[in-house]
Amino acid sequence: MTTATQGTPTEGTATGLPRLLPRHGQQPEDWYAHVARVGRLPYRDAPGRLISDLQAAGLTGRGGAAFPVHRKLAAVLEAAQARRRPPVVIANGAESEPASDKDATLLWLAPHLVLDGLQLAAEAVGAEQAILYTHADRRNDVGRRLRQAIAQRQAVAVDRVPVELAEAPPRFLAGQETALVNHLAGGPAIPTFTPPRITERGLAGAPTLVQNVETLAHLALIARRGPRWFRQVGTEAEPGSMLCTIRRSDGVPRITEVPLGVPLRALLAGPGEQGLREGAVLIGGYHGTWVPAAEAAKLTLDNHGLRRAGARVGAGILITLPQDRCGLVETALVVRYLALESAGQCGPCLNGLPRIAAALAELAGARPRRGTRANVERWAGLVTGRGACHHPDGAARFVRSALTTFAAELGRHERGRCGATDTTPFLPVPHGSAHTEQDWI
Amino acid sequence: MSEKLLVNPIECEGHGACAELLPEMITLDEWGYPVVDGRPLPAALERDARAAVSACPTLALRLVRC
Repeated sequence: MTTATQGTPTEGTATGLPRLLPRHGQQPEDWYAHVARVGRLPYRDAPGRLISDLQAAGLTGRGGAAFPVHRKLAAVLEAAQARRRPPVVIANGAESEPASDKDATLLWLAPHLVLDGLQLAAEAVGAEQAILYTHADRRNDVGRRLRQAIAQRQAVAVDRVPVELAEAPPRFLAGQETALVNHLAGGPAIPTFTPPRITERGLAGAPTLVQNVETLAHLALIARRGPRWFRQVGTEAEPGSMLCTIRRSDGVPRITEVPLGVPLRALLAGPGEQGLREGAVLIGGYHGTWVPAAEAAKLTLDNHGLRRAGARVGAGILITLPQDRCGLVETALVVRYLALESAGQCGPCLNGLPRIAAALAELAGARPRRGTRANVERWAGLVTGRGACHHPDGAARFVRSALTTFAAELGRHERGRCGATDTTPFLPVPHGSAHTEQDWI
Repeated sequence: MSEKLLVNPIECEGHGACAELLPEMITLDEWGYPVVDGRPLPAALERDARAAVSACPTLALRLVRC
């Protein structure tokens, strides 16, 4: 396994990274630059053939859930054959985590790698329809860029399956698989109940494959270079590389491609910084886990390594909370946002999240009432596992980790004090929440 | 073949009939929504479980194979 050394970026020839993003500069790649870098599109000319390569590579989904990619493809192919119904393939670029920017960056710099992956995935499951679902029109004009890329591919006649662009509403849950399918079917982007799984019955009842855009980019490279190449970085159990959005104390998001299993210490200390002594690190975004910095410094970025801290890799979001900020205040602001982003369909989430948010706001203020903390803990337990989607579970995980990681800060607030010297919000929280059903469409 | 209870939380509106008919497996949370024991249903409770399933006004409660 290749790992980065402390304090240095992981790009470089030693690790063969970056794989996904162009090595030089921030200039978006057109079709010819893309082909010059990674070579032509290696169609396999029959469904199914790529799936065994993906299994050997051990590629897992990079959207957050880390589900084995070959299993999803095999399930869709099997459902399609059993029901004699051509499946639909959807590239999910609706990066709705406010703290994440890796999918938008990938789509901006290397759109053809994602579109290659979409074609190859479509071929692997025998799909006749492909959709690229993103927040493109809202972010850096990625939409115009993607339309150009699709037009260029049409001009050189490389795509075998037509690709349609679809826009995701600016909601936290817009990228959740069933919400996505519901939205593409003309409804609001809110989750639906499973079963049936979308791999069985998804868009318009067709077996539906949804893969994160980064996952498709890895798939496109595995199809060219093979599973052994893919496994040259990462760990035995969790091979390959992943894109991360890293925010250090300066608050600037940096997109870096790192091998799975890289020490967090190497990622979270900027050049010239000594590393992590105090403070806290948020691992995995707003459904993720706060970890004390001293503990985070001992961890590696893979699900196996993060398990002992109760954390998961998620979509690769890593944030160092500056020491002049209050973790409770930050958490309360995010949980308020998460409560507002609940689709409001399931009783426990609808009732629990606003109560948790209000109680956290109290804990983040001066001299909270006795019993408020116990209420938060009880409600966090009560919402977990009781929604149609994992939104309440993720919010509860985030909240619980805040209560343990910021235990000392809780004590200060009980005495009417706060450790923050800077009260400007640090974690990015979008303004505006959904008021009518139109806001979900 | 054993079965278990499954509630569709989107359909459920917290009427609470299920908890009345099958308190051994279903309790209500502080907002009136069912907390369902997801373990295999004991054979002795099968009748009551079917009664609870058919009593749900929103058809949110189901028995599924496990």
